Amino acid sequence: MVRHFRPAAVLVLLFTLLTGLALPLGFVGLGRVVAPFAANGSLLRADGQVIGSRLIGQNVTEPGYFHPRPSAITTTDAKGNTVPDPYDADNSGASNLAPTSKALIERVKAAMAALGQPRVPADMVTTSASGLDPDISPENALLQIPRIAAARGLPPAALRALVAAHTTGRALGLFGAPRVNVLELNLALATLRRK
Amino acid sequence: MTLNGWMQIFVILALVAAVALPLGTYLAAVAEGRVNFLRPVESVFYRLAGVDPDEPMGWKTYAAALMALNLLHFVLLYLMLRFQQFLPFNPAGIGPMSPRLALNTAISFVTNTNWQAYAGETALSYGSQMWGLTVHNFLSAATGIAAAIMMVRAFCAGGLKTLGNFWADITRITLYVLIPMAAAMTVFLIICGVPQTLAGPAHAITLEGAHQVIARGPIAFQEAIKLLGTNGGGFFNANSAHPFENPTPLSNVVETWSEIVIPFALVFMLGRMVRAPRQGYAIAAAMAMILVAAAGCVYAAEAHGNPLLAHLGVGHAMGNMEGKEVRFGTAMSSLFTVTTTGTSDGAVIAMHDSFTPLGGLVPMFLMELGEITPGGVGSGLYGMLVYALLAVFVAGLMVGRTPEYLGKKVQAKEIKLAMLAVLILGISILCGTAYALNTRSGLGSLGNAGPHGLSEMLYAWSSATANNGSAFGGLSADTKLLDYGLALAMVLGRFGFMIPTLAIAGSLAAKPKLPESAGTFPTDGPLFVGLLIGVVIILGGLQFLPALSLGPIAEHFVMLAGKVF
Repeated sequence: MVRHFRPAAVLVLLFTLLTGLALPLGFVGLGRVVAPFAANGSLLRADGQVIGSRLIGQNVTEPGYFHPRPSAITTTDAKGNTVPDPYDADNSGASNLAPTSKALIERVKAAMAALGQPRVPADMVTTSASGLDPDISPENALLQIPRIAAARGLPPAALRALVAAHTTGRALGLFGAPRVNVLELNLALATLRRK
Repeated sequence: MTLNGWMQIFVILALVAAVALPLGTYLAAVAEGRVNFLRPVESVFYRLAGVDPDEPMGWKTYAAALMALNLLHFVLLYLMLRFQQFLPFNPAGIGPMSPRLALNTAISFVTNTNWQAYAGETALSYGSQMWGLTVHNFLSAATGIAAAIMMVRAFCAGGLKTLGNFWADITRITLYVLIPMAAAMTVFLIICGVPQTLAGPAHAITLEGAHQVIARGPIAFQEAIKLLGTNGGGFFNANSAHPFENPTPLSNVVETWSEIVIPFALVFMLGRMVRAPRQGYAIAAAMAMILVAAAGCVYAAEAHGNPLLAHLGVGHAMGNMEGKEVRFGTAMSSLFTVTTTGTSDGAVIAMHDSFTPLGGLVPMFLMELGEITPGGVGSGLYGMLVYALLAVFVAGLMVGRTPEYLGKKVQAKEIKLAMLAVLILGISILCGTAYALNTRSGLGSLGNAGPHGLSEMLYAWSSATANNGSAFGGLSADTKLLDYGLALAMVLGRFGFMIPTLAIAGSLAAKPKLPESAGTFPTDGPLFVGLLIGVVIILGGLQFLPALSLGPIAEHFVMLAGKVF
């Protein structure tokens, strides 16, 4: 085997230079030219300040905004305890709770009670795979309209139109599921208020 | 289940077939050295390495060269992970990995497993991701494909003493297949929204005035090869479920497609190289039938949802959404689950731990079969060829014919080696699970109680042994027992399976190529496809039935009875 170490070392080195350095850096450069917004993380700005990424959900709890799905991301606090840290985009992850987990059932029960709805679409009380899901289902958004209308003093019809305008259908009419980007929807809310 | 869901599944599979067929012809041309548009680059590589690409190797030399490259590359990655704090491209200032975790990670990537006992965004610098993991994604994929090509050569002619040159194979596969495909896919992914940047994490002030740190990095290129090379190691903890790894349904179509297109193409390459395309179609048909049946089972289970949540008033129209992303929905999540565990990929777009019990059983079972539907790049083909040899042997015993496959007589030596390879999987998975569950440390790792806890541990050993890398993520994997134990399982599953198959190739190559006669059992028709599926399920799968009964099957029935843990 020893006589193979020279070719092995040389090839590993060459492919490291090619696929580990030249190509990734080349694509960083290409990304800047071809799709700078996307290659940089699809960051949205207001008055020069980054307010988030179009692709990454953020934690919203005020009654006057559309709320994202629950997020299972946790962090470790100063005392070393694991505490919830929803939509911490420096991290990612899921609950990994089993379908027969007592913790899952209790969590969903509590979420249902907080919402005060007898029936909800599944995405409204379940945590996503990434903990950063930027989308909710259109049914989820519609169910939140009474709360937002009351908090902002807006007519529900205007909010329903806004949700409809921000609903993305299946890609090519076939792939994925219909969805609403929560951050974009909430940004549009602000413009509605200014009118 | 909806018609739309089934259409999503079938259109993606049709796209795979449409490209895998011509790609198989191209792969055959690459394997036979007929593609050489980068000859000048190749020559430089060979000259610096001091090798003659036309120097033939016997199976032992080939295996030794393969092991030398992998051993060296393993040591290099270990050192990179231990000293990443001193290396460039570390904008977030990430420190070194612990020796134990670095060992587990280096083995994980050199074996094409990409089991991740760490979270990428907090444990790895951009540099480690690029020149560490990305390079391993290329070379471990090329290693698998080279081993498969070498085995196919054994069937091509009679009386061969040599089976090609490992250095030439690995160079050509990387230059002519993996890099061009990864490059095209990278551009598509960037356009879809996958970042490719060296800038550090972004800092945002959210709508409610909170501070949000958004991790990003040079993701797109690594994402492409992670799927094409059936590696599966995510840039982020959430893997391909992370919106930066897989932002839209269309990016997901391509990511799903890219996991299985090369494995299927390699089967068609076999048909081309042995000058009998129908032989390739037969193997592909067996793989595809198991894959489609598996996708249907997962989709049915996940679309039905969790009855325990339905009782509380959670709508069932979207299916089981715990651990799934809205943009993908249940159908795409189900298909990805089987394409990632039917191959050795192990990337995930939905969290398998939160699947319904039967939805979680299927990916486990596909890994336990040894990942041959269609399997990892290269490893799927040589794995299925092992089963094909066993199938003709079983058929030979039943009807009293001398077993042959693709014109080569299959004798005791090959069958012993084939059984050795298959048994290594079962021994590693079942003994590993049983041992871990009998230790305090193993039980302490479990994230869920009841039968699901057993499923978590069984899944981990299945995934590591089959070099998959996906997990029932509730399991705390960074413990002494699991870091070392699963590292051993990964090495056994990769090289303990690969070396016997290379030995089979060496043995078969030396035999004369027999002309087809009236006594030859046809291996290109529906009868053989059925037999092959039967051997895969009975010989490969049945040994895991008792363990599966105690885990997911038991959980399914207690779930129906309304019991929680």
